Amino acid sequence: MTKNLKKYFPIFLLPTLVAFFIGFLVPFVVGIYLSFCDFTTVSDAEFIGLKNYADAFSDGGFLHALWYTGLFTVASVLTVNVFAFLVALVLTRGIKGTNLFRTVFFMPNLIGGIVLGWIWQLILNGVLSYFGVTLTFSATYGFLGLLVLINWQQIGYMMIIYIAGLQNIPEDVIEAARIDGASPLQMLFRVKIPMLMPSITICTFLTLTNSFKLFDQNLALTNGMPSGKSEMLALNIFNTFYGRAGWEGVGQAKAVVFFLIVASIVLIQLRLTRSKEVEQ
Amino acid sequence: MKAKKQNLIFTIIFSVLSLLYVVPLVIVLINSLKKKAFVSRYPFALPNSRSFAGISNYRGGIEKTEFFRAMGGSLIITVLSVMLIILCTSMCAWYIIRVRNKLTKLMYFLFVFSMVVPFQMVMFTLSKTADFLHLNNPVGISLVYLGFGAGLAVFMFSGFLKSIPLEIEEAAAIDGCGPVRTFFVVVVPILKPTLISVTILQTMWIWNDYLLPYLVLDRKRYSTIPIAVQYLRGGYGAVDMGAMMAVLVLSIVPILVFYFFCQKYIVKGVLAGAVKG
Repeated sequence: MTKNLKKYFPIFLLPTLVAFFIGFLVPFVVGIYLSFCDFTTVSDAEFIGLKNYADAFSDGGFLHALWYTGLFTVASVLTVNVFAFLVALVLTRGIKGTNLFRTVFFMPNLIGGIVLGWIWQLILNGVLSYFGVTLTFSATYGFLGLLVLINWQQIGYMMIIYIAGLQNIPEDVIEAARIDGASPLQMLFRVKIPMLMPSITICTFLTLTNSFKLFDQNLALTNGMPSGKSEMLALNIFNTFYGRAGWEGVGQAKAVVFFLIVASIVLIQLRLTRSKEVEQ
Repeated sequence: MKAKKQNLIFTIIFSVLSLLYVVPLVIVLINSLKKKAFVSRYPFALPNSRSFAGISNYRGGIEKTEFFRAMGGSLIITVLSVMLIILCTSMCAWYIIRVRNKLTKLMYFLFVFSMVVPFQMVMFTLSKTADFLHLNNPVGISLVYLGFGAGLAVFMFSGFLKSIPLEIEEAAAIDGCGPVRTFFVVVVPILKPTLISVTILQTMWIWNDYLLPYLVLDRKRYSTIPIAVQYLRGGYGAVDMGAMMAVLVLSIVPILVFYFFCQKYIVKGVLAGAVKG
């Protein structure tokens, strides 16, 4: 059958292959090349070596966005996962209303980033107005606002994964621990959390990449104000491309750096998952 | 007895938390009925005879953003792209898994690799490529989505296909089924759970996506809901927060309806995607 199927290459493989070249492969390869060029459109590219990268790393806005994004990622990974885990623990106890609570907590996840940003801009500015300031008053408010937003959006998603993980812990393991006289805290830290390591890795990884690549929410909530101080990496790259004429090459170099950071996060994650699989 | 009491306390705490969780949406809904000057100044006040605006925000918001054109755009683009993605990538994944040679191995590697690449990396070159090939319309953009979204879809389909025994397909082949019929009659029914998961994940992504259509579409002729919402920010000056609230409500309602009817599948899709991703 394999031989027979092989001849059907144009029907089975070709459509996706063509689209993949247009939608990913060509833009990716050309993008790498352009990061070493000076250009405003693709056709006038002129090779200039590493100058774009040097410019990117001497751009204060980019460096600021880099650590702002890093800090935000750490804060959101910690808060989202801790809250989602606590909610999942309660919602696997069989309390009344479990289904309704699950439905409600998951719901914000379906709303797009732009819409979320505007919803929270209204709410947070409303709260801050009692203190006579707005979200764009300082980057700290933008940071905390975005943190609240991301928690509201993603706790439900991670909760679903943690609930599935908790429900997959075999009943006899819990029972055995109980017979051995494990206290509730011991049960949590010695039995449940170790058994949940796969879910914890998945959720950490998802929140990590989601926060690091955040764009829509950042754009709609503060748009980087005041003066780029609440700008995350993705938005900084976008503004370099489309907000500063003649900076396209630097924007592309920043995008390559961005890609390399995301790729290393994923590689580290894969390695961690593999080493754990061996242990089990 | 003690556990029962604890559970009651948890139910009460979580009822309050759930209410708080919904409050932001309720506030948006309430503000959509208030005059724009009252929206940003007193967002937490109920409308009164002075601030009540009736449906004028809705009328203004729909007019300014051409909201229904945007909604049509979102609908057409999402449906076309998702259909194209599940059809093409499931076929592609089957070919990759069943025909094992250097080309398919390389392709599989490239698909998995593409999942790691953030959109900003290809943003500029992709929009230029799409422009050059005149893909700046709903049909063209679905081809772009197929290309950029193929990674995850192929990965999920082939993960599932690996676990299906060859015998069923071989039996079909012996009965005289060609590959195309074998695929649609035998493989697709088995693939159904993954088909649903991929559909849910891609729908959630494409429906809410802002940047790709913003850069690729010819915005004079086509629009999507996220583009319409962000359009209200306009250039300089104050945003019409009244119209914004109305447009936000109109954007959220279809999502809630979709969620209400497909909740079971959405949760399954999320879980399938999370394990694979």
